[in-house]
Amino acid sequence: MPNKQDLKINGSLHTIQADPERSLLGVLRDDLDLTGTKYGCGEGQCAACTVLIDGQPAPSCITPVGSVIGRQIVTIEGLEKDGKLHPVQEAFLAEDALQCAYCTPGMILGAAALLQENPNPSDAEIAQAMQNHICRCGTYPRILRAVRKAAQMQTSRRSSR
Amino acid sequence: MSRSDSPEELAEPERYELQAGPLYQFDLTRRDLFRLLGAGLVILVLLPDTDPLKAAAQESGGRRFMGRELPQEIGAWLHIAEDGSVTVYTGKVEVGQNIRTSLSQAAAEELRVPTAYIQMVMGDTQLTPFDMGTFGSRTTPTMAPQIRRAAAAARDVVVGLAAKQWQLDPASLTVADGRVLDPASHRSLGYGEILKGQKLMQTIGAGVALTPADRWKVAGTSVPKVDGRAFVTGRHRYTSDFKRDGMLHGKVLRPAAFNAELKSLNTRNAEAMPGVTVVHDGNFVGVAAPTLHDAERALAAIEAEWQAPDQPADRDLVAVLRPHPTAFQGAPSASRLQATYTVPYIAHAPLEPRAAVAEWKDGRLTVWTGTQRPFGVRGELAAAFHLPEDQIRVIVPDTGSGYGGKHTGEAAVEAARLAKAAGKPVKIVWTREEEFTWAYFRPGGVIDVSAVIRPDGTISEWEFHNYNSGGAGIRSPYDIPGQQTEFHEAPSPLRQGSYRALAATANHFARESHMDDLARVAKMDPLAFRLKNLKDERLRAVFQAAAQHFGWEGRKAAPDRGFGIAGGTEKGGYVACCAEVAVDRAGGKVSVIRAVEAFECGAIVNPAHLENQVEGAIVMGLGGALWEAIHFDQGRILNPHFSGYRVPRFTDVPQIEVVLLDRKDLPSAGAGESPIVAIAPAIRNAILDATGIALRSLPLEKLSG
Repeated sequence: MPNKQDLKINGSLHTIQADPERSLLGVLRDDLDLTGTKYGCGEGQCAACTVLIDGQPAPSCITPVGSVIGRQIVTIEGLEKDGKLHPVQEAFLAEDALQCAYCTPGMILGAAALLQENPNPSDAEIAQAMQNHICRCGTYPRILRAVRKAAQMQTSRRSSR
Repeated sequence: MSRSDSPEELAEPERYELQAGPLYQFDLTRRDLFRLLGAGLVILVLLPDTDPLKAAAQESGGRRFMGRELPQEIGAWLHIAEDGSVTVYTGKVEVGQNIRTSLSQAAAEELRVPTAYIQMVMGDTQLTPFDMGTFGSRTTPTMAPQIRRAAAAARDVVVGLAAKQWQLDPASLTVADGRVLDPASHRSLGYGEILKGQKLMQTIGAGVALTPADRWKVAGTSVPKVDGRAFVTGRHRYTSDFKRDGMLHGKVLRPAAFNAELKSLNTRNAEAMPGVTVVHDGNFVGVAAPTLHDAERALAAIEAEWQAPDQPADRDLVAVLRPHPTAFQGAPSASRLQATYTVPYIAHAPLEPRAAVAEWKDGRLTVWTGTQRPFGVRGELAAAFHLPEDQIRVIVPDTGSGYGGKHTGEAAVEAARLAKAAGKPVKIVWTREEEFTWAYFRPGGVIDVSAVIRPDGTISEWEFHNYNSGGAGIRSPYDIPGQQTEFHEAPSPLRQGSYRALAATANHFARESHMDDLARVAKMDPLAFRLKNLKDERLRAVFQAAAQHFGWEGRKAAPDRGFGIAGGTEKGGYVACCAEVAVDRAGGKVSVIRAVEAFECGAIVNPAHLENQVEGAIVMGLGGALWEAIHFDQGRILNPHFSGYRVPRFTDVPQIEVVLLDRKDLPSAGAGESPIVAIAPAIRNAILDATGIALRSLPLEKLSG
C-alpha cells in the first residue's frame, strides 16, 4: 500500500499516496497535474524536468518522491506570483527565446537558480551552469541573452528599491 | 522548373515514411460551415494551380493520386465573427518553427489589425482543411499567401458592405485597426458591426491583390511568439500533458531487435495485476493501467521470446549501401579528383518524444498527438482500425518539435489500440529510448564525387552519386555544363525518413567539401574558386555577405586555427557560412570558435524568428557535423540515450553571427530547413585549412576521418 506523504510544492502542502520510489516527475505530472515539468530523457541528461528543491535545481525524473518529503519544491507553476512573472520568465518573452519551448520551463528554473546564487554571471558562467539543459531547437544564443537580460532586470530592480 | 515548385517534391525518395493516401474529399456545405463557425463572414481559399498538392493531384497516373478526379481543393479558410474576432483555419501545425506567429502576421497584415486580433486554429482534422503536412518548408511560400488572400478578400467584403451602408464608393474608404473608416465624415464601423446578422461566404482563387512587402506594417516585423506567456509559465499543454477523465497510461512491448519475430509470450502475471488491461493482437503487445508506474510494472511482468535475423552494423555502412566499387563514367586523368563521402544515420531526438492520447466514444475515435501530418495520421488510424476517415478526429496541440521526424502516427495507433481494448482513454508517451530506437532516422549515405578542373580554375566535369541518403539538394548550383547527378536507392538497414532539409545536408557536405579540395588543386582561395564557378546571383550575394561580415579577406592564419566557407541553395533559401575552428591535434578534438551565416529567403516575414531559425539550424547542424551518429548492430541501437548520443549543448555554441538579406522584391520562402546545410562543410573546410586533413565522413570530431 503506498504511503501517505506530504509534499511542499510552490508554497502549498499536498498530501499524496505514492510509492516513495516513484519519481517526483511522475507524481508532479500524473498525481498533481503540474505538467509544466517535462519528461525528456528519464536519466537526468536533458534537464527538461528541472525543479527547485530547497532552491537547488534538480532533475525530477531521477529524484524519488520519498527523498523530498518536507523539502521546499518549486515548479514552473510556482514562479509566477500574483499574476506577475518572474524576471527570468519576462526576459524569455522579451528576448523571444522560444522555439518549440518544451525545454523552456526547465531552462527558466535552471536560470532562476543560477541568478539566485550568482546575480551577475558572465556568459561563460551562464553556459557552464546551463550545460545540462538540452534545447534541440538550438535556441541557446537567445536563451543566453534572456538570462543576461534577467540578471540586468533583477539588478536594476534591487537598486531601485 | 525549380525543384521546390515541383510536384515531385511530394515523392522525394527520402520521404520513405510517407505512405500514399487518398486526398480528403472536401465536402463541407455552407450550412455545415456556419453551424461550425457561427454567423459572420467566411472566406474559402482555393488552392492555386501552382500548388504542388493540386499539381500532384492532377498528374494523371501520378504516383500518389492515381489520376483521381478531385474536387476543387480548399487550402485554408478564414472567419470573421459577429463580434469582429478573426479565426484562421489551416491544417498546418506548430512545432517550434513559429508559424502560428508568422501566419497570424499574414492575416493581420491584410486585415489591417494587430496580430492579437487573430486566432489560428491549426492541425485539427475536424476543423481545418486538408493539408499534406507541415514539411518541405512549404508553409511560408504556399500557406501564407493563401491566408493573405483570404484576409485581403475579407477586408474587401467588409469595406464593400460599409460602402453600401453609407452609399459611398468603396475606394473612398480606409481600413485601420479592425474598422472601416470614412475619412470625409469621420464615421467608422468595426468589422463585427458590419457583419452583424450576416451569413456570407465567398470562395476565392488566386485573383486577389496582396499588399507588397515594401508596404508591410505587421508582416516584416519581429512580432513575438504567439501565446509566449503560456509557454514560459508551463501552462501550455503539449500532447504529453493531456489528461482525460478515467484516462489510463499505456506501454508497448518492444521487440528485442528490429525485424524480430515473437516466438513465445506469457502475459499471465501482467493480467493478474489490478486495473491492468493487456492487449495481444498480431505483432502488437501492450498494456494499459491507471498509472504509468503500474503500466511499467505490468510491462516488466510480461515474458516474451524474440527471434531476430542477422543484421548489419553501422561500421559496415559503405558495404551495405554501395556494395560495389565506385561507378564513375569519366576517364581517369591527372586533373580529376575523386572521393567518397559518408554520412551516418542520425536521430532527430525531439525533446518531446512521440505522444498520443486516444479516446473512443460511440465508435468514433479522437486522438491528440504531436505529429507534422495530422491528416496522414488520420489515414493511418483509418487503415489500422478499418474505419472511415470521418469517424476519426486528429488534433495536434502545439508540439515539442519535430525536425521532419514526426511525420508518422505510431503512438496514435498504439494508444488507440489500447484505448479500444480498455474502454477508456489511453495516453502513451514514448520513452527517450523508444524515441531513439523505434522512430525513424535520417538516412545514412555514401556519396561518390568525381570532378575535373581546367587550368583556369573552372570545373569542366562533375559527377555525383548519392547512395541511399536522398536526392534533395543533389544538383550543384555551380556553373557546370553537363553535370551528372544521380540518386541510387539502397537497402537501408534501419527505418529511415525525413529530417530537417532531407538529404540536402549530406549532399552539401559532399559537394562543398569537394569544392574546397578542388580549390586546393587549383591553388585558389576557396571563396574565389567558388565565385569563379558561380553565376547564380542570389547565391553569390550570400557568399559575399558572409565573407564580408566574417572578414574572410583579412583572416589571419594561426597555429591550429582554420577558416572554412561553404554554401548552397535549397527549398528557396540561399545560405553561406564561414566557420573558424580550433583544433587540438593531440586530443583529436575540434572546437568551433565562430560561425557567420548569411541567409536569404526573399522578403523577411519576421526578422527575429528568422534569426532564431537560422541560429537554431546552425546549432542543430553542429551536432550532425561534429558528434551525432547512431550506432547499431544486429538490429539493435547501441546508443539510444542522450548519455550515449552527444547533442549540442550550451558550451558547444560558438560565437554565431547571422546576416539576413531582405529581398522585398522576392516572394518569401521557408526558412526552417535550408540554413542547416552549410555549417558541416564549413567546419570540415576549416579543419582542412588548419590541418591539411581532408575529412570525408561525418561526424567530423575524430580527426582521423
